[in-house]
Amino acid sequence: MNATIFAPWDDPQAKPLIQFRNVTKRFGVFTAIDDLSLDIYEREFFALLGPSGCGKTTMMRMLAGFETPTEGHILLGGQDIDPIPPNKRAVNMMFQSYALFPHLSIWDNIAFGLRRDNMPKPDLEARVEEMLRLTRLEQFARRKPHQISGGQRQRVALARSLAKAPKLLLLDEPLGALDKKLRQDTQFELMDIQEKTGTTFVIVTHDQEEAMTVASRVAVMDQGRLMQVATPDRIYETPNSVYVADFIGDVNIIEGRATARTEESYQIDWAEGQPPLTAKSTTALATGQGCHLAIRPEKVTISAERPADAINAIQGEVHDIAYLGNLSTYHVKLANGTIIKAQTANTRRISRRSFTWEDPVWLSWTATAAVLLEH
Amino acid sequence: MNRLSWFNTVSLTLGFAFLYIPMVILIIFSFNESKLVTVWAGFSTKWYGELIQNQAFLDAAWVTLRVAVFSSTLATILGTAAAYVLVRSGRFFGRTLFSGMIYAPLVMPEVITGLSLLLLFIGIGLDRGILTIVLAHTTFSMCFVSVVVSSRLVTFDQSLEEAALDLGCSPAQAFRLVTLPIIAPAVISGWLLAFTLSLDDLVIASFTSGPSATTLPIKIFSAVRLGVSPEINALSTLMIAVVTVGVIAASLVTKRAMMRQRQDEQAAARTE
Repeated sequence: MNATIFAPWDDPQAKPLIQFRNVTKRFGVFTAIDDLSLDIYEREFFALLGPSGCGKTTMMRMLAGFETPTEGHILLGGQDIDPIPPNKRAVNMMFQSYALFPHLSIWDNIAFGLRRDNMPKPDLEARVEEMLRLTRLEQFARRKPHQISGGQRQRVALARSLAKAPKLLLLDEPLGALDKKLRQDTQFELMDIQEKTGTTFVIVTHDQEEAMTVASRVAVMDQGRLMQVATPDRIYETPNSVYVADFIGDVNIIEGRATARTEESYQIDWAEGQPPLTAKSTTALATGQGCHLAIRPEKVTISAERPADAINAIQGEVHDIAYLGNLSTYHVKLANGTIIKAQTANTRRISRRSFTWEDPVWLSWTATAAVLLEH
Repeated sequence: MNRLSWFNTVSLTLGFAFLYIPMVILIIFSFNESKLVTVWAGFSTKWYGELIQNQAFLDAAWVTLRVAVFSSTLATILGTAAAYVLVRSGRFFGRTLFSGMIYAPLVMPEVITGLSLLLLFIGIGLDRGILTIVLAHTTFSMCFVSVVVSSRLVTFDQSLEEAALDLGCSPAQAFRLVTLPIIAPAVISGWLLAFTLSLDDLVIASFTSGPSATTLPIKIFSAVRLGVSPEINALSTLMIAVVTVGVIAASLVTKRAMMRQRQDEQAAARTE
């Protein structure tokens, strides 16, 4: 076992493989990427996450060489790659549509890039066979792309882009065309392959679950800007903005005014007739400053009686129940009309559920459960 | 199978009769024994025999074939290049003007095209002969090729080319190794279209041909003015036969390719 945790982004000595230096990309009057700086390290599985039109695909296309920055520079291994055309970059891309060559067999598709490098025939054959083994495609080598299934095509696209052993592999929504079950299996397969080959992967996706599953770090993007770059757990547990909190997973957002109580502890007044809430936060807030409190539904406890030691407790009644099989989400309506979501694991059978519609309930959470965000 | 109503049967019969009776008559009379075109005097193939010995017709046929091959090849290269640029280069200044100008010759009266080419050739002092016919045919048939090829390029997934570049191809290699093989059917049908257009063109060829080079349509037209001979019927029948065989072969090839593709896709769906 490798005891050291893989976290080159915390090591000031580590040299990044890719550096975006104040990169701006404009298409006419539209700014796709807005003065963006970012470091990506070797062997990382880095996810660019955001809604469509946030600029994540543009970033990937700039790395591949299909677009050049309007301002700023992109460095690969310390070298400015802006003037290098796509065919001269040690970067390969797996396309969203897979872009398999329909007139070539699976074998020839995988060999395509190697042939361009004039690799000697025995080496080339060995490399293609290795790729076929890695992606479990040996028996399909002689088939054409339209003669195999969607999942197999996805693996061919991966094998083809990995064949040249690139320094950096770009994956553009690689699993978008697969159905949910196959997608989940393939995510783990991707992680396996990434670990085996030691290649740096940059994946573009709009699926937050996918990004959280596969990535070592996630960059959440919005309108050409990076909102937060952190490990999946930090993105989820300590989002730095309402946008990130809301984009990743389910969240309750409560708006209020903060008053500093003790060091790192704040009182939040949020509604008439409701008791103030308490939250710990490392970010300093001025007294009376407007703020948002973000609480994940699974961190909210639902109970019939007010828990004796609860720091935050509010009363409401069950407005709606979303039964998801393994989980249930209770939508609890407070006296002032606000709806707060609370999630519990269904450890008992549904007939034994403790609460039902219109039951009066208490919601409670600890001082550290919620994240306090500035306006 | 639905049975056709009497109305549909009648319209179908009339339509096909309108299209094919003239040709059927021409074919029947090419086997006529008599020298008189309109009087049937028994079956014979003697006009075909005489046709083979008619050096003037054979020369004209040879000229026509060479002109058709050269002009359609040249038109295919130019038309494909034009289509590629117009579909791929996105927006540039004057793009609409350029694409409009590519398609204008489609609707330009042939007489005007022929006349303007004639004036050009005289102006630059080019002797009229095979070369001028080839150039003229290239001019008017390249826009047809361009239409056929660009309609294929519009549906062509551009990421295939990007994938080729990404895997180390130069832009020229990407075109040769990926784009061209995939759009080949459209390029070939563009070539065939240009070829047939060149084969049967009379107007433009008569403006641009010289005494040294006469194409078959010109020869037939001038021969007919002296009276329709059964030999002409025989020649026309042969041309119909060539065109028919060509069209049937082309459609069979496309149909088989489509069927194979469908079978393959079904097989792939089963293994999924």
